[in-house]
Amino acid sequence: MHLSSEEYARLVRQAGPPSPLGKDCLWAFCVGGGICAAGQALRQAFLAAGADGETAGALTSCTLIALSALATAFGWYQKLAARAGAGTLVPITGFANAVVSAAIEFFPEGRVAGTGAKMFTIAGPVIVYGTLASAVYGLALWLAGLI
Amino acid sequence: MEYLLAFLTGGLICAAGQLLIDLTNLTPARILTGYVVAGVALSAAGLYGPLADFAGCGATVPLLGFGHLLAQGVRQAGAEQGLLGCLTGGLRAGAAGIAASLVCGVVCAFLSRSRDQN
Amino acid sequence: MALRHGDTLIFPTPPVIAAGAAVGGKKEGEGPLAGCFDELCRDNRLGQPTWEAAERALLVRTARLCLQKDPSGGPVDLALAGDLQAQCTASGYAMRELGLPFAGVFGACSTMAEAIGLAAALCAGGMADGVLAMASGHFCAAERQFRTPLCYGAFRTPTAQWTATAAGCCLLRPARQGAAGKAQVRAVTFGRVQDYGVRDITNMGAAMAPAAAATLLRYLADTGAGAADFDCVYTGDLGRVGSALLAGLLEREGLAGLRHADCGCLLYGNDKRVGSGASGPGCCASVLAGQILPQLAAGRMQRVLFIATGALMSQTTFLQKESIPAVAHLVELTGPGRDAS
Repeated sequence: MHLSSEEYARLVRQAGPPSPLGKDCLWAFCVGGGICAAGQALRQAFLAAGADGETAGALTSCTLIALSALATAFGWYQKLAARAGAGTLVPITGFANAVVSAAIEFFPEGRVAGTGAKMFTIAGPVIVYGTLASAVYGLALWLAGLI
Repeated sequence: MEYLLAFLTGGLICAAGQLLIDLTNLTPARILTGYVVAGVALSAAGLYGPLADFAGCGATVPLLGFGHLLAQGVRQAGAEQGLLGCLTGGLRAGAAGIAASLVCGVVCAFLSRSRDQN
Repeated sequence: MALRHGDTLIFPTPPVIAAGAAVGGKKEGEGPLAGCFDELCRDNRLGQPTWEAAERALLVRTARLCLQKDPSGGPVDLALAGDLQAQCTASGYAMRELGLPFAGVFGACSTMAEAIGLAAALCAGGMADGVLAMASGHFCAAERQFRTPLCYGAFRTPTAQWTATAAGCCLLRPARQGAAGKAQVRAVTFGRVQDYGVRDITNMGAAMAPAAAATLLRYLADTGAGAADFDCVYTGDLGRVGSALLAGLLEREGLAGLRHADCGCLLYGNDKRVGSGASGPGCCASVLAGQILPQLAAGRMQRVLFIATGALMSQTTFLQKESIPAVAHLVELTGPGRDAS
């Protein structure tokens, strides 16, 4: 065959069915927005129950994570995510889904080497680079003499 | 009104993530990592605080908000403890979310099992 | 013995496929080819504690069914088997239960054609009187090994393919034994690895289409056959995207009039949820054993090509940003009534 990689890459771009951008984004928008609105409702409830702003925020996150864990364990989160895409990926519930799904999946490989280690395969980098970025920011603040 | 703002802001942040999925080859782990680091950067630049005040959970529930939380923690702990606070402030602020995820993960691993998608 | 023309082995006294069996999972039983399977499992766990053990059970069941369907009940001298699990473990553990001499083969989704090609060569060369060729795949075992946990909310792109939960098994024997009414293996072309720089792991069809085209063109050059000589050219697991690319590549090479079908497109029909189509070693293996061989035996088709394609990367090379090398192996099959051309 007389074909260069560049020519073939062009053929591949033409052959690939385009992702239905509008439909995907609408799903992501509605589901992601819905999760955030649910979070807002939880936050208002915690505030109404007398929690201060910071505590209400932490409680909201924890509640969303617990709900996401439940939905993950029953297989509902995966079914929703197959349509919602980033709508379920980007909220904190997506982070919880990454941890919980790996913990469940690799249980047969053991509690330590399976569940314990593999629950960080997707979520680990988020913690690592989030912490790194915050430490760099802190160092920059300190060096600049702002704190 | 605050529900509408949360819905619209959160929805827009998620739709932006969907564009990253559809238009680039970025894996979910890269998108999540990128969102958290971007959240730290936006918060450091002073842009995310006002958004969080404006949109509430629409800004704090997406992972950008987690990055904002880490940056806030650094500012707060750094002011109290200096350089040590700069190191620990991020994880300290994010501890609730991380610990809740890990505990839920282990509990679910014992109570549930892998499910077929077919 | 065999004649060699270029890369192609031609068998003047062609070995026969004395028996074939296909077993599928839940989704395969909901697709248009449901009627072709010898058995369908409603639960993809097959009563096993892990997905890996389920695939093993699927392979054992398929092999036993195939042996039951062999009318001669003659000896089996070797089993050639492969799968997608790390180090071909589904095959290794399945063979622990079957107790036959075993050689593992790995060609990713091309495994079935590779195994049949080797089995046919052994039978034609007088080195075996019965060889099992088989391959399996399991959606859940593949998903947790190569992609993400099953409960993880992953988003599938339209070019991605769906690993079939299926296994196919064929028993090959030399021409002299029980040849009446059986499909024959006329020729085999083992492919050369092709790599056109595709890196997108969610677009395997694109990575594998050039390999299918290269092997097909080499076979046609080696044998002098034309595109119109075949009732159908079956490719394994290119999916809709890969099939379109294959058509484009063959058109560029001036090859027209090919009747082409892809096992990855056939297995699930128009199910949108699976993206581009089915994949996995079990996909084309089960379509061959359940659909193609019975049609040849019944005389509904006379002469077909079976080209199984495989992507030969690993999770490690993918993370190291290597492009995806692919291979395609070709098997020429004819119905029982046809004399050597």
